[in-house]
Amino acid sequence: MPDLSFVFAQSLSGLTAAMFLFLIASGLSLIFGVLRVLNFAHGTFYMLGAYSAYQIVQWLGTGPVSFWVAAFGAAAGVALLGGIVERFLFQRLYGKEELYQLLFTYALVLVLGDVAKIIWGTQQKSLSRPPGLTGALSLFGATIPYYNLFIILLGPAIALGFWFALQRTRAGRFIRAAALDRETLGALGVNVNALYTGVFVLASFLGGLGGALITPMRAIVPGMDTEVIVEAFVVVVIGGLGSFWGTFLGALIYGQVLSFGILFFPRFSIFSIFALMAAVLIIRPWGLLGKPLK
Amino acid sequence: MKTLSRVPWALVVLVAAFFVPAAGSRYYTFLANDVVIWALFATSLNLLVGYTGLVSFGHAAYFGIGAYTTGILMKKLGVPFLLAFPAAGVAAALFALVFGFFCVRLTRIYFAMLTLAFAQIVWAICFKWNEVTGGEQGMPEIPYPAFDWLELVAAWLPFVGGYRTSEHFYFLTLVLVAGCLWLLRRVVGSPFGRMLTTIRENPERAEFIGVNVRRYELAAFVVAGAFAGLAGGLFGIFNRGVFPDFAYWTKSSEVLIMTLLGGMGTFIGPALGALVLIWLNQQIVSYTQYWPLILGTILIVLLFVFPGGIAGALESAARRFRRRRQVA
Amino acid sequence: MLEVRDLRKSFDGFQAVGGVSFSVPRGSISAIIGPNGAGKTTLFNLITGHLRPDAGSVSFKNREVTGIAPHDLCRLGMGRSFQRTNIFPRLTVFQNFQAAVLWHRGCGWNLLAPVDRFYRDETEALLDSVGLLDKAGEVAGFLSHGNQKQLELGITLALEPEILLLDEPTAGMSAQETRESIRLIERIARERGLTLLFTEHDMEVVFAIAHRITVLHQGEVIADGAPEEVRRHPEVRRVYLGERR
Repeated sequence: MPDLSFVFAQSLSGLTAAMFLFLIASGLSLIFGVLRVLNFAHGTFYMLGAYSAYQIVQWLGTGPVSFWVAAFGAAAGVALLGGIVERFLFQRLYGKEELYQLLFTYALVLVLGDVAKIIWGTQQKSLSRPPGLTGALSLFGATIPYYNLFIILLGPAIALGFWFALQRTRAGRFIRAAALDRETLGALGVNVNALYTGVFVLASFLGGLGGALITPMRAIVPGMDTEVIVEAFVVVVIGGLGSFWGTFLGALIYGQVLSFGILFFPRFSIFSIFALMAAVLIIRPWGLLGKPLK
Repeated sequence: MKTLSRVPWALVVLVAAFFVPAAGSRYYTFLANDVVIWALFATSLNLLVGYTGLVSFGHAAYFGIGAYTTGILMKKLGVPFLLAFPAAGVAAALFALVFGFFCVRLTRIYFAMLTLAFAQIVWAICFKWNEVTGGEQGMPEIPYPAFDWLELVAAWLPFVGGYRTSEHFYFLTLVLVAGCLWLLRRVVGSPFGRMLTTIRENPERAEFIGVNVRRYELAAFVVAGAFAGLAGGLFGIFNRGVFPDFAYWTKSSEVLIMTLLGGMGTFIGPALGALVLIWLNQQIVSYTQYWPLILGTILIVLLFVFPGGIAGALESAARRFRRRRQVA
Repeated sequence: MLEVRDLRKSFDGFQAVGGVSFSVPRGSISAIIGPNGAGKTTLFNLITGHLRPDAGSVSFKNREVTGIAPHDLCRLGMGRSFQRTNIFPRLTVFQNFQAAVLWHRGCGWNLLAPVDRFYRDETEALLDSVGLLDKAGEVAGFLSHGNQKQLELGITLALEPEILLLDEPTAGMSAQETRESIRLIERIARERGLTLLFTEHDMEVVFAIAHRITVLHQGEVIADGAPEEVRRHPEVRRVYLGERR
């Protein structure tokens, strides 16, 4: 039986992974909740966020704040890209069949994935941790890097801030209303198209931010987009498509299952994730915290 | 114009296809073989997507199951092709029955997600089950079917002999795929097929003609899975190896794009899509490594300008041509 | 023939149907009327198996049929048409009818025979009886609204039902179309000995042909009986004269 500190360390690493996934999956869930589309390209925005952060750091050099500027800048850049794509391309597909919208997002994966390869090549890149968050903490016999701790705290912070915005602000109310009944919302005079663009921008920002922040922990390589999008799908299904806290919960569960799965059943860890996804879809399709779609 | 439609085009294409090894190089035979197998795979998917209105993101699962079944039977157990090939279809159909049972209880996006989940499960099993599936490395060198009987036939029909094994396999593939496509054509044009289209058009209404929609969808799922499995069985041999990525979701999206490119609204559309896509791929890959970029752009153009795919565009062009002739 | 007992259905706390009971005798023409939002369509959906009731029961030909699947109800002899035209838009008119005939004749699971020849005569006879024979080759989605409603009706008739449930059969029609439609429906019901249950907004239609009328208001029955009784019923007058006509 592995000792407690080891279990604790695994659990924390699962938490860290979960928070990243939450950042990414929340954007996916948002787009699905409001636009009713599963955005395959969300993983690509994540990847572009990572590459952009890398690029910005290359330009700014390694100063004390360059990492943070890069992270924010990357997220903003990806958000802008998302907005442009939505406004000028995606909007044209709204009346058409869902399949076309889905395939469009997949086409984006293909195109943007190669664009990234053209700009940055195929060799893996990475960024080092920002100064101030290097080093680690020792807790219960386990060593926790400060950066991981930061991520673990950032996740719930963003979740709470987000939730607060959804509940209290006017825009948030519109978003929630659009998720429930967009036709009525349009009839009430709200500019639904602008709302959709806004949602897409926000979701892309989150995805890009996730990608930017993960750079000190994982290598930036082509293929990270298709890898993460499937993980995001699993999270969103478990938690409930369109449910905000569901995504948070789903990410937590996924993180723990994955980190302990790899530990105890290394051969079954991938299998168990998809088996969990299938089980949720079979038993309770709208996920743990979602509501039945009608 | 009328005489043109009387020509049995399918037969013409089939006979012409037989001449590819004689007329072209090994490369062209290779390409043609690839196209033929994918044509079956794509047409099987179209039974679900185009005819029943069920969008599956995990069709590659059955392709993979078929490939592994034939591969394992032939390579590890020495089972002859005559048995190993249908076994691919049967195995795939069984899995489709089990998976499909759960999938058809869901609608639209949830259906798509569950098909994806099952496909990834199949992939994960193939990826990790080293003892049976060879794990990440897959199973290279699946043997060709025994072709010695062809030598006997060659004694009577001279043009049958003198070909390499890979070309013999190509002929075999042609015959088998032609047979499968003929069967699928019958299914699609049958009362069963008509019921499927009613489900696609309006499931609620179909329900109230008395159609047990779920049962039909499951049946379509199984038939589609079976033929995908057969395609997979052929592909494993053709590819000289079976690998886990046969079941990965990106394979499912490839075949979905092919189906869309060719046109989901017609029977021959997906096969056409297979031809165009594979040919294009070969052409482009020799110039640049950025095939996904080109494919993605084509897909975007398709979605915005030609949602009916190539076949759809050809059909509407033909209609306009006919109308102009009538006026003139 | 059809009996509904104490049906209830709520959606998220809003009671759409609250304790509705009535019966439809064989061979009669009955109508359910009520202002918008009275629960007519929900009631229909409960009877035809599209929704499960929270409480209450439905029996058809003395069999308990509460909540059984629509396709099974269809097999028992219940036919239904829908408020929004529910047809197969990209199939031709002929194919729309043929699908219903194919199913009714039990060929739905034939996987190999070419479908075009099947039951051609029967389908064409059916097309003729609803007056759509000349439009057989047209794509259903392109027909006029009135024609689509006829098509809808025809598909339902192809199944030779014993009872026909029509949800707002004249919705969206002009006065002329409404009159023709109603005459057609009544003629068909008489010729085939069908029992008819329909919901309607249009009072003229209802009072013209119904033998019995059930009035629904906010999910509850406020009157039930012959047209004269209902017309004179004080509740009904209050509910209606304030809102329509």
